[in-house]
Amino acid sequence: MSTTAPDLSPLRRAAAWKTPELIFWLLPIAAYFLFPKSLSLLSQMAITALFALSLDLILGYAGIVSLGHAAFFGLGAYAAGFLAKYGYGDPLLGLAVGALVAAIVGYITSFLVLRGSDLTRLMVTLGVAMMLYEAANKLTEFTGGVDGLQGVEMHQVIGLFGFDLYGKTAYWYSIGVLFVLFCLARRVVNSPFGLSLRGIKQNVRRMPAIGAPVNGRLTAVYTLGAAYAGIAGALLTQTTQFVSLDVLSFPRSAELMLMLVLGGSGRLYGALIGTMVFMVAHHYLSDLNPQYWQFWLGAVLVLVVLFARDGVMGLAQKMIKAGKS
Amino acid sequence: MSAVLQTRNLVKKFGGFVATNDVSLNIERGARHALIGPNGAGKTTLINLLSGFLEPTSGEVVLKGEIVTKLAQHQRVKRGMVRTFQINCLFAEMTVLEAVSLAVCERLGLGGHWWRPLAAQRDAVDEAAALLASLHLADVANEQTRNLAYGKQRLIEIALALAAKPQVLLLDEPAAGVPTSESRELFETIARLPREVTILLIEHDMDLVFRFADRISVMVNGALLTENTPDEIARDKRVKEVYLGEALDG
Repeated sequence: MSTTAPDLSPLRRAAAWKTPELIFWLLPIAAYFLFPKSLSLLSQMAITALFALSLDLILGYAGIVSLGHAAFFGLGAYAAGFLAKYGYGDPLLGLAVGALVAAIVGYITSFLVLRGSDLTRLMVTLGVAMMLYEAANKLTEFTGGVDGLQGVEMHQVIGLFGFDLYGKTAYWYSIGVLFVLFCLARRVVNSPFGLSLRGIKQNVRRMPAIGAPVNGRLTAVYTLGAAYAGIAGALLTQTTQFVSLDVLSFPRSAELMLMLVLGGSGRLYGALIGTMVFMVAHHYLSDLNPQYWQFWLGAVLVLVVLFARDGVMGLAQKMIKAGKS
Repeated sequence: MSAVLQTRNLVKKFGGFVATNDVSLNIERGARHALIGPNGAGKTTLINLLSGFLEPTSGEVVLKGEIVTKLAQHQRVKRGMVRTFQINCLFAEMTVLEAVSLAVCERLGLGGHWWRPLAAQRDAVDEAAALLASLHLADVANEQTRNLAYGKQRLIEIALALAAKPQVLLLDEPAAGVPTSESRELFETIARLPREVTILLIEHDMDLVFRFADRISVMVNGALLTENTPDEIARDKRVKEVYLGEALDG
């Protein structure tokens, strides 16, 4: 009988950078020159993409559904806001503290989220976010309540680049943070840890039977996802020098889920592309009709879920496959 | 010889239904021990209790002299007791090589490593590849699990368990749903496992059981009816009645 060795090359290639990825990362550079007047919108896009990436880590890879991910975004936003307001305006310090605060709360709440089914998780994540929202709403003397947190004074990025009126620094800063954290997420999902997350998502029954501590892995990724969301929130605070109460709002969590579904979850790039499609569509559709733009958004979502369940990325992959054969 | 796996007065109740009734079982080190009995006798429930998938109502599970009744499933796997599932329990969207590498990584304690890519864990991947080669699965190593024929999937079910390097292997109807021609091959694979691996097997095909096992326990209605060598079991009137009774009822 033959005992030929398996071909290991597909596995070896799996984590290598591919040409379409390199082209994708030229887009932010192109956008800077093509849309110099829309830099603030583009910065927001990068920040939201980072936020979507954080949801992809927990939902797309580990299969934890969350309708309250804005909790961590908001925590990061307020943490960075307070820090800058009270004199510690170094941007990178703000990101670190935003990440830390969100990660601590993520770690603690992970034990609630791990219990039970998808429905329980939806309700628990929703509940945690609602509590934080109302707490921030009530504590007006600290957060400014619905008026928002004012007086956020940012220092220069790495002591060199001040935030300017045109949003150039804000743009490159946001893109830079997004890129670095994307590369990190990419390493994580291609590692044995990332593979174990996919294992949990695909078959949570089998994982303990091959010796994997499922809850420990879920806690770890939930904490990581929270930290990512916290950094995204801190970035928004720093680039807009303001914290609005809606960083913690339900629509922020819900729209995030829409973006990820639109782009295709469990692929990292789906989170980025979904955010771009969503925000561009939002921009143009609300120009056409500011009141009813969500009608078309709803229609697109229904179509995506019915006919292209893996979102834009899934559709693209299918087309490439069909083209090859 | 000493018992590597024991149960002491194991009981499992689902509401008023007694699925496992005071089962005290001794599995000798290196044994090829089969567990037989009519449908609904509680064989799979027993495997679920041994592996920690279910918690017993009372009684103990003892692995290598250590009481493991309160340990979680993955902790029992770490101590060398690994199971397979009667109905395929696989990672549908992974390639076969990825899935087996995952299981090897978990055994080697690499499952939490997040910095280096999977392919950089040479030892784990090479071991997974060697295991697939030994099971004649090399040609499907890069196929997605869900695209494979059922017979191949049954082999992967076993490959995932073997990747954990079990000292005690619990096989829950490994050939279930596999055509007879392929089930022979499957059992040859199981029969080739080294003698240090203790095997507890649930199987319905009596031909296979009597060729493979050196010890047989018979379960009826959640309780152990008898335990003996295959020859003695074949002569046992009560065992015949149990199976004959089922045949007449059916």
